[in-house]
Amino acid sequence: MIEPPLVSPPTLADAYRLLAESVYRPIAGGTDVLVQLSGQLGPPPDRLLDLWRLDELRGIELDGDALVLGALTTYSGIRRSAVCRDLLPALVEAAATVGAAQIQNRATLGGNIANASPAGDMLPVLLATDATIVVGSIRGERSIPARSFWTGYRQTALRPDEIVIRIRIPLVADRQVRFRKIGTRRAQAISKVVVGLSWVAPTSGSPWRTVRLGLGSVAERPIRVTATEAFLEGRLPTPDTAAEAAQRVAAEIQPIDDVRSTADYRRAVTARVLHRLIREAGSW
Amino acid sequence: MTVRFVVNDDPVELTVPGARRLLDVLREELGLTGTKEGCGEGECGACTVLLDGEVVDACLVPISQVDGHTVQTVEGLAARRPSVDRPAAPDDLNQLQWAFLETGGAQCGICTPGMLMAGQAFLASGAPATDAAIREAIAGNLCRCTGYTKIIEAIALAATRRDQAESLGPTSDHAGRP
Amino acid sequence: MPVGRTAPAPPAPGTVLPDTPTPGPAPGRGPLRREGPAKLTGTALYTDDLVFPGAWHGATIRSTEARARLLAIELDPAFDWSKVVVVTAGDIPGPNIVNSIQDDQPILATDEIRHHAEPIVLVAAPDRALLRQAVGQVIVRTEPLAPVLDPLASDRVFVHYEIETGDLAAGFAEATLVIEGEYRVGHQEQLYIENNAMIAVPRADGGVAVHGSLQCPYYVHNALKRSLLLTDEQAQVVQAETGGGFGGKEEYPSILALHAALLARACGRPVRMIYDRHEDIAATTKRHPAVVRYRSGVAADGRLVAQDIEIVMDAGAYCTLSPVVLSRGTLHAGGPYACPNVRIRSRAVATNTPPNGAFRGFGAPQTEFAAEMQVNRIAEALGESPLDLRRRWLYRPGDTTPTGQVLRESVAAEEVLERAAEAAEFERVRARTAGDRAQRGPDARSAHGIGLALAWHGAGFTGSGEVHLASVASVELTADGRLVILIGSTEMGQGTKTIFPQLVADALGVPMDDVEFAPQDTALVPDSGPTVASRTAMVVGGLVIEACRRLRAVVEERSGGPFADTYRADAGTHGATRIDQHFRPYPGVDFDDTTYRGDAYPAFGWASAVAEVDVDLDTGEVAVRSVVAADDVGRVIHPVLAEGQVEGGTLQAVGYATIEEIKLHDGRYLNDRLATYLIPTALDAPRISTILVEAPFSGAPHGAKGIGELPMDVGAPAVVAAIHDATGVWIHDLPASPERILAAMDTLVRR
Repeated sequence: MIEPPLVSPPTLADAYRLLAESVYRPIAGGTDVLVQLSGQLGPPPDRLLDLWRLDELRGIELDGDALVLGALTTYSGIRRSAVCRDLLPALVEAAATVGAAQIQNRATLGGNIANASPAGDMLPVLLATDATIVVGSIRGERSIPARSFWTGYRQTALRPDEIVIRIRIPLVADRQVRFRKIGTRRAQAISKVVVGLSWVAPTSGSPWRTVRLGLGSVAERPIRVTATEAFLEGRLPTPDTAAEAAQRVAAEIQPIDDVRSTADYRRAVTARVLHRLIREAGSW
Repeated sequence: MTVRFVVNDDPVELTVPGARRLLDVLREELGLTGTKEGCGEGECGACTVLLDGEVVDACLVPISQVDGHTVQTVEGLAARRPSVDRPAAPDDLNQLQWAFLETGGAQCGICTPGMLMAGQAFLASGAPATDAAIREAIAGNLCRCTGYTKIIEAIALAATRRDQAESLGPTSDHAGRP
Repeated sequence: MPVGRTAPAPPAPGTVLPDTPTPGPAPGRGPLRREGPAKLTGTALYTDDLVFPGAWHGATIRSTEARARLLAIELDPAFDWSKVVVVTAGDIPGPNIVNSIQDDQPILATDEIRHHAEPIVLVAAPDRALLRQAVGQVIVRTEPLAPVLDPLASDRVFVHYEIETGDLAAGFAEATLVIEGEYRVGHQEQLYIENNAMIAVPRADGGVAVHGSLQCPYYVHNALKRSLLLTDEQAQVVQAETGGGFGGKEEYPSILALHAALLARACGRPVRMIYDRHEDIAATTKRHPAVVRYRSGVAADGRLVAQDIEIVMDAGAYCTLSPVVLSRGTLHAGGPYACPNVRIRSRAVATNTPPNGAFRGFGAPQTEFAAEMQVNRIAEALGESPLDLRRRWLYRPGDTTPTGQVLRESVAAEEVLERAAEAAEFERVRARTAGDRAQRGPDARSAHGIGLALAWHGAGFTGSGEVHLASVASVELTADGRLVILIGSTEMGQGTKTIFPQLVADALGVPMDDVEFAPQDTALVPDSGPTVASRTAMVVGGLVIEACRRLRAVVEERSGGPFADTYRADAGTHGATRIDQHFRPYPGVDFDDTTYRGDAYPAFGWASAVAEVDVDLDTGEVAVRSVVAADDVGRVIHPVLAEGQVEGGTLQAVGYATIEEIKLHDGRYLNDRLATYLIPTALDAPRISTILVEAPFSGAPHGAKGIGELPMDVGAPAVVAAIHDATGVWIHDLPASPERILAAMDTLVRR
């Protein structure tokens, strides 16, 4: 193992100062960063900034009409949170599909966001719920909408001195959120396809408004498929809608073959899962 | 950096690089080789230990994050701890270890320390020991020998005895003796 | 000797120990696993747990190409090489050959590199950081050559076999139904949770001792002697606690031991070579991929009248054990079914991929998957129940196999089939799933299915293998009155250390706790043959029982009293008595290795499995819900351990059937980490119910036939049959991944 120098600042202000002085790789629960210390997946980080002591980045709370999660919130924390269970069960569902207990106890929402894996399990949910990623540095805080946070393959809108500090998820009346992950096995699996879907409809017979469809593992980054969203906007979850939406999403994405799955499978399954979710919403 | 933490009830103070893996500290600095490395990337769970009572993969925890915390390893489970001079014997074992021995939950033994820690955390949670709950509790621990059948049986058996002991109440001195 | 690190201090005297249950084995479940307490307390010492003061760390520099000419190995002159050692092929004192069946695999590559991850240079250093630096300063210059990656295109054949019986043309002439099929199975990684590991320690006599994770101490011993020019005593092999093998530590540890030993000689210190998971998956052996083609003919009256079978196995770059893997695959390819006219042609070919080798089942899972697929497809074509068809075709006592072997005894095909089918309620569930299928609409979300498989598995080594092995097993009454088992057979989880004391205690009429098991150290124990081929309980167990009978007779004749009462006094009077029992051929068992005629195995084990699955029709994801496994093991020595073998083997087979897959790119494995090569977790594992059937083999004194490999032969075809029952599609290639299932279902819909 390569053991890069590591500093553990006691406060967020100390962390900001260190980041302003030098380039660090921030480390939260370590589930991604520690794997890189073998040096087998590319050059390991030169210097680590351990965020684990920063209690400012912990906690889940309601702030007006938004759910606010500290960047160091673990998946276990999300699963245990009564607030999350009541107000955003899809987030809890997604957290339960990440790794297994050992990973869920350590891996953090902020880490998943900053790591920017195209297969990140939580990210399509954040896309589907119009989440905002709040980042901070010595220069202050700024908010980045999830839809513009991931900019390319493992690329984010973070500047070198910035870290993710919290995630703000607006809570919208009458919004439905659905999550589905397809992996090779039932635990400890990196996804082949992740789907996060949301829409606003006061009743099951109302047309869908504010439709959001976030997808993982079908592009070089987590994406929203806006053409399919636009098609679904204002429609009822009928068989025709489902069939057309499935075709459209299949045409809208360009997944690839890799070690985990094939482009054909990813395209077909994305379409089928979307079809299924619309069918379930329409109860037909 | 200098880190202080508690391992199996023993306080420890060490000066090591902060990025050193908890796994390496346990095995190489503290000689606690009961915790095994199977993959080094949090996939197999062979290095599972309890950090403040919660299961973690020791290969993914930098020692900087253990400072001030409590670690439990397989060496801390036995009611009487074995040593080189005094090899482990069946009557040293705790309830869960004993259930593994009785049901055949350990074969090659390399996943066993991690599996025991996951089982121990599950038992401590007090959750009802359904088949599904046990499977989820050990889903982060790979075993290639057993098909998990007898591991699940062992954890269920230990949970049953735990529940029996609880229902017997504090006057029982048998603690779920089989 | 290694020194185990001590655990923290025990609790203070007088500490209350409230959580200590009363020990004692459960009635009827066999004695407790002997090394269980050590494994359960973390005190069992695996290779990486052993401490050798002053040990250096070793590393292997490997090829990054599938095929290349090795032009030069250069050491960066800017680096201080005096603090490390570097070993290349020129430093090997004896032949640069890994001792095996053929002399084709070098310990370190010289002129031509033949596969990705092939070892080229070894480096050792006092610490890991320096080692990493040194490895980075070794430059390997190569010139790429065109690799051969498709086994069907390879013209380099390591070995081929042909078995023919009856008149194939006449058989097909009689057939009114002919079913053809091509089936492909890929690499499978053994995935023991302990990676390969070896520590070499120089000996004062100029030799070397290796301590490692291994199945076959004498394979390693022979390899060290030959290439390092050592005597029997100078080469010492000690098995450390071994965290799983499944065949993956059968032949592979030889090359690793050679590497560690070469480095230890070079630096004059102990050298640790502990693979990490990436290196273990990238470089070590896998189950052979295979392409198996069948043409089967069925007569109008439903008899199986002709089978024409062609098998191509991909050996990888070197021969390793491919001749025996292919042999077993060939001999089992017809499945456990009587057929008068059979031709089986097989070959193992070279490709520029890492060498393949032993893995539980050893060639049989590949061909029996194909054989069972074929039977199920024939049942479908005949409109017959797959259970009824097997009932009509399966081997019964007196039947003759394609090699001309008459199955005289210990034939339990019918019993395992009936027991599994009954316990799983096969026909009832099958009727229900058929009804569900008929009523299912186009938007159904999931489908349930049930599938059945039957297999046979030759017990012990193939052909005259046991005769060539000439195994020895010993039992000693020591001068101080202890009873010690001396065998080279290793414990790797399957229970060797428990069942042997049990067999000896039974044979001598003494308590099991009075029987010791000598460490697997070539300085102490004889060559009992490799711990492979499900042979240990049957063959070595039989030898040990015979040795006990002789020891008992000797002592009782001298003492005039029962052994248990007199052996300690006998030792005091007569000193040590050691019985070395040598293998004697099983009477009436005869095989001709050149013509492939005769008794391929002294006996066969029989296995049946019934699997139930749920298939997600949106995604093709398969959940294997349950497997009922009925396995005939001859005689059950220890029920808990026997069930453990069936359960573990069944899950490996379920993994093989559903998710375990290696993809290659330019001869390199892409799934070379645990994040990419996936095996089932507890949430993926089915409920497994084991039925142990006993059809004893008269050639072994206890009737046991072995068990480890049986479940591996039936799991995959049962699961794939269940997927067919659920979906209507046949998946011809393993694994039956969601990608393949969905693709096949689309085809079906379009049709």
